[in-house]
Amino acid sequence: MSLIRVTSPHASGQHQVSAVMRDVLLATLPGVAVMTYFFGPGTLANIIFGGALAVGCEYAVTALRGRDPRAAVSDLSVLVTSTLLCIALPPYAPWWLIVIGVLTAVLLGKQVFGGLGYNPFNPAMVGYVVLLISFPVQMSHWAPPLGLGDVPGLVETWQHLFAPGGIDAVTAATPLDLLRQNTGLLFDDLLTERAELSGWAGVGWFEVNLAFLAGGAWLLYRRIFTWHAPIAMLVALSLSALMGYDGGSSESGGSALFHLFSGATMFAAFFIITDPVSSAVSNRGRLIFGALIGLLVYLIRVLGNYPDAVAFAVLILNFCAPFIDHYTQPTVYGTRSRDP
Amino acid sequence: MRAIHDIHGGIHPPDRKSLSRPGELRDAAIPRTLMLPVRQHLGVPAKAVVAVGESVLGGQLMAEAQGAMSVPVHAPTSGRVIDVAPYPLAHASGLQDICIVLETDGKDEWRLMSGVTNWRELSPEALIERIRDAGIAGMGGAGFPTAVKLNLGPARPIETLLVNGTECEPYITADDTLMQCQAAALIEGAQILAHVVGAGHILIGIEDNKPEAIARVEAAALEAGANIEVATFPTKYPSGGEKQIIEILTGQQVPSGGIPADIGLVCVNPGTAVAARQAICEGRPLTHRIVTLTGEALARPGNVMACLGTPIEDLLVEAGLTLGAEQRIIHGGPMMGFAVSDLSAPITKITNCLLAPTLSELPLPGPAKPCIRCGHCAEACPASLLPQQLYWYARAKDQEQLTEHRLFDCIECGACAYVCPSQIPLVQYYRAAKGQIRDSEQERKRSDNSRDRFEARQARLDAEHAAREAKRAARKAAAESKADEEGADPIQAAIERAKARKAEQDKTP
Repeated sequence: MSLIRVTSPHASGQHQVSAVMRDVLLATLPGVAVMTYFFGPGTLANIIFGGALAVGCEYAVTALRGRDPRAAVSDLSVLVTSTLLCIALPPYAPWWLIVIGVLTAVLLGKQVFGGLGYNPFNPAMVGYVVLLISFPVQMSHWAPPLGLGDVPGLVETWQHLFAPGGIDAVTAATPLDLLRQNTGLLFDDLLTERAELSGWAGVGWFEVNLAFLAGGAWLLYRRIFTWHAPIAMLVALSLSALMGYDGGSSESGGSALFHLFSGATMFAAFFIITDPVSSAVSNRGRLIFGALIGLLVYLIRVLGNYPDAVAFAVLILNFCAPFIDHYTQPTVYGTRSRDP
Repeated sequence: MRAIHDIHGGIHPPDRKSLSRPGELRDAAIPRTLMLPVRQHLGVPAKAVVAVGESVLGGQLMAEAQGAMSVPVHAPTSGRVIDVAPYPLAHASGLQDICIVLETDGKDEWRLMSGVTNWRELSPEALIERIRDAGIAGMGGAGFPTAVKLNLGPARPIETLLVNGTECEPYITADDTLMQCQAAALIEGAQILAHVVGAGHILIGIEDNKPEAIARVEAAALEAGANIEVATFPTKYPSGGEKQIIEILTGQQVPSGGIPADIGLVCVNPGTAVAARQAICEGRPLTHRIVTLTGEALARPGNVMACLGTPIEDLLVEAGLTLGAEQRIIHGGPMMGFAVSDLSAPITKITNCLLAPTLSELPLPGPAKPCIRCGHCAEACPASLLPQQLYWYARAKDQEQLTEHRLFDCIECGACAYVCPSQIPLVQYYRAAKGQIRDSEQERKRSDNSRDRFEARQARLDAEHAAREAKRAARKAAAESKADEEGADPIQAAIERAKARKAEQDKTP
């Protein structure tokens, strides 16, 4: 009779990588649903097309690398990457934009470094930045929200994906675009002047951010990540906006509420910067990591050339993460100075 | 009411303690043969003092301690020594070591034993001597010789004797059972140990998932009188780690690399306290201990009082073991215990639990996936380490970074591996890395030694050479000065001396 010899611990908890990834995917549902309601099924089409592509790509590459492709695909991490990227892409983007973005994210963002767990940068943001720099025109075509333009149907959307041009007037300026282009109007006047900016942070955008906030709160409740990075980012962004508000002149950087609930703020706070692989590891480190992203997002939004800034801010801080880690090691038991 | 401090991290695995019905204690049968390893403790093995064929009585000395870091071994029952040779032990690496094999005669005859009741009048040194002679080593799992732990000297004044009744590992109920069944003995044992170390205060810490044990110990403490405090605290793994329970109950941390005595505490397991009382009050050496037999592969799990040296197989068969496919037998608990490779190996002074789980109960870990740096391990670590960083450095064999990230403050509790979503056997990496670092330290020490020796030899040779040179120079100088004094050329003088000698030789053919 032979006994099995393994080392301790012999018990293990309920956490599984694939379950973590599945929860993240589930948590994007409210946000995606609200986006679909306001901007039509464009994002949904992105996610489905991009997801299928990403899974195929991951499977092929891991097989080529001599790894177990089934195991690689079944941890669902590649679906998280593609889904996050496709949420960030403009709805009704042409198919080739998605193909380039997904391939860049999976291959250049993740697999060249050795696959899951080894990538120094957030793969979805790598894909996004490559597209933003290479195809600025296509990347700035955001759809008009419900009530301000036609919301296309499913079939129309699908046809448009492969034969661009089928949908008229698919472009509209996002609230962050409008704020950046504003030169003459007081901030409050700008909000009332432009129909897109009614509500607190623009038609649809407020609700979309709220939905991503809800998904993020659920992930926090499920203890998929800690509160440190998201809260630090939101607080830093709010404080920066408060300081740059200057009472709402035409030079104003916009209100804190506007910054919190417009653009990709909540999506970034709970779905992008919480990527554990490319962020700082200690809780203190994550506070710094998140706060610096919040600050950078504000600076690039207000002073930079791009209306939104999440992708750049995240990639820059990904660079800094090991540095932050080095200086934020927690105090190990028995090494703090003696208590009084 | 004592303030209870929280520790960093920790986990809440299902505790499965009711399976072994804590509080019920039965006597295990005396097996036909007992295998008593000469080393059941941390330190130097004892040396067998019985010969093959010799008859022994229960309580008789069979192996004597070798120096301070060693404890003796006694016969748990009467019988005949039939072998003294290496046999497989319950050990993580399946090591063999010298065992005294005792064929029991079933009569269970004991030698005469005499204890003292007036232990308060004995000096600490005398009590420590008796504790050492009784073969007591820490019964919580490490097996540290108790006499060494108690012998602290005046440099470390002890305020509190802490009895660690946490037993935070899932499944194990040996200490729980002991506290329920032998509460009065535990209290007296703690009083003896407190007297030995000069502690004015006795603190007994018990996790709040053992209400029965708490009630019994509190009642016994009340009866015994002043300065005994029973503190309860919330159940969390690994609160029972020595460093952890000290922080929970005092708010203080044992300095890294230090021992509890550095902050005025001595921490003992309840079993050790009871064994100390037996040694002092009854003169009875440590020959038995309570073992939890548990796991769903056993038909009759429970706690037994077993002879040290009883083969694991005997105990498990008596408890109704059904071996399943891919069966593991775990010595200790599911978090820190090790899987034994040979069921003929005996239980020792440190065996608190034998766990026979079914596969569905404790599934074997799946293949490890890549680390996603989720940080759950860092949240769970009771030592506030960064387990995932340690993992990366362990894989890279970066000893400098491992030491800088304080690998040696890891207590190997397994909380990190328990929560890891990628099922990485983290503790295994840390153990291996610690071993490698110790090895290279040894290697470094050896080469330092060789270098020191070489340099010392070189210095000695140089010094001898210099001394010789100096002597020669002195001789030369002396000769020169002598020549100067005589005013003659020394070479000319030498030539003349030689000529004279030659002439002398020619004259005498």
